[in-house]
Amino acid sequence: MATSSFLARERTIAAPGYSRWLIPPAALCIHLCIGQAYAFSVFNLPLSKLIGITQSAPDDWKLTDLGWIFSIAIFFLGTSAAVLGRWVEEGGPRRAMFAAALCWAGGFLVSAVGVYLHTLWIIYLGYGVLGGIGLGLGYISPVSTLIKWFPDRPGMATGMAIMGFGGAAFIASPLSVWLMAKFSTPTHVGVAEAWICMGLIYFCFMLVGAAIVRVPPDNWVPEGYVAPAQPKRLVTRENVYVYQALKTPQFWLIWWILCLNVTAGIGVLGQASAMSQEMFKGQVTAVAASGFVGLFSLFNMGGRFIWSSTSDYIGRKNTYFCFFALGTVLYALVPHTGAIGSVGLFVACYAVIFSMYGGGFATVPAYLRDMFGTRYVGAIHGLLLTAWSMAGIFGPVLVNYIRQYNVDHGVPAAQAYNTTMYIMAGLLVVGFICNLFVKDVHERHHMRAVDADAEVEGAPVFGGSHGE
Amino acid sequence: MANNAQESSGNALKLALAWIFVGIPLAWGVIQTLLNAIKAFQ
Repeated sequence: MATSSFLARERTIAAPGYSRWLIPPAALCIHLCIGQAYAFSVFNLPLSKLIGITQSAPDDWKLTDLGWIFSIAIFFLGTSAAVLGRWVEEGGPRRAMFAAALCWAGGFLVSAVGVYLHTLWIIYLGYGVLGGIGLGLGYISPVSTLIKWFPDRPGMATGMAIMGFGGAAFIASPLSVWLMAKFSTPTHVGVAEAWICMGLIYFCFMLVGAAIVRVPPDNWVPEGYVAPAQPKRLVTRENVYVYQALKTPQFWLIWWILCLNVTAGIGVLGQASAMSQEMFKGQVTAVAASGFVGLFSLFNMGGRFIWSSTSDYIGRKNTYFCFFALGTVLYALVPHTGAIGSVGLFVACYAVIFSMYGGGFATVPAYLRDMFGTRYVGAIHGLLLTAWSMAGIFGPVLVNYIRQYNVDHGVPAAQAYNTTMYIMAGLLVVGFICNLFVKDVHERHHMRAVDADAEVEGAPVFGGSHGE
Repeated sequence: MANNAQESSGNALKLALAWIFVGIPLAWGVIQTLLNAIKAFQ
């Protein structure tokens, strides 16, 4: 009972004097943990040698089977964010962060049992399902809180949190390697123990975030902040109910915008190392390629903060225009860098591409806020993350299969990625067109202010009776 | 007046602690990655 009241939304209303700058670290406490998912691949090789220790034994798990762990987690990220978004929004950030911590840490602990028993489906259930739900809940839990605390700079605020998701792998990767080394013996791979430690560390870290997070009191505005007297184009002052948003063309246009931007980025993300080595044979070694990948990850992280902050000044629509226009040029330029043998130009193109890939994730919550208002932005963001799940399947499949098709048809390895890059550039052109069609949400989708609280209890009430 | 000053310094301490708590691991991770990336260019 005491725990449930501590988690209740009413208990998280900020007292006078509370600094809003405590919210970004609270959000980072969550995102720096759940972003570990990006570094999960460091466990793949050790997991494939649990019996053989130094090399895979016949009864060891195959890498193809292990690949499903990450895929299931990403699937449940999108699903849980979509299904539980309204629960997150209405229950408040602390309850959602606590639930995310339980699921995320629980996922590690259940998976450790799976390693002990050498039963793969327990890991699918642990890290994949339970951890995936933790990912979804954790990802959206601080979004609307940040937007409400920073009405003057929503892009920057959400960018800070989502930057943490991008940067988490930098911590998780060396931490995982260190923990496995600590617990491994000549007859034992230390994955299970590493997971137990990580589960406990992440649980404590996420609890700190849940403890310090607060929601602003009703009608709170930052000191000195004056809302624009005239409503700005493409920035609404109204709210749209979560499921009503699904009936607007704007939601689906932004869904495709995110999906296409992520498909293009995620497709080349996993192939960056192999691509650089094959395109510049003899010039780029495996060590250099892994260094490039690290550098690209830094741009992916930095882009989340820089692009989303920039969007506060130039507008969300213009920011995505930059992603799609610049992205098209850069993707189309990559094959040329291979043709002229310019590694420097290749790295520069990729660095900007990855900054825009991260920027796309970080700017989208503020785009949604501009379209649908602050009231249900977290829940609507949750629904939008299904675009990420979809892109997670499309992107790598496109890159891998097109490359293989080219190689099978006699295209030299150095040029095998050219078609893929042109297709990715084409996807970005489609994204540009989708962005072009984004207009203000029609007022018939707006919630009536007087009934703003009623929809929580019963059916939603919408304003206006105007036709489209 | 004294209460306000106390509250403000308490807030500043909380803020500093919260940012250090998340900043140190993140900075450590970024530096590690940067060092590895630099090796690629040597």
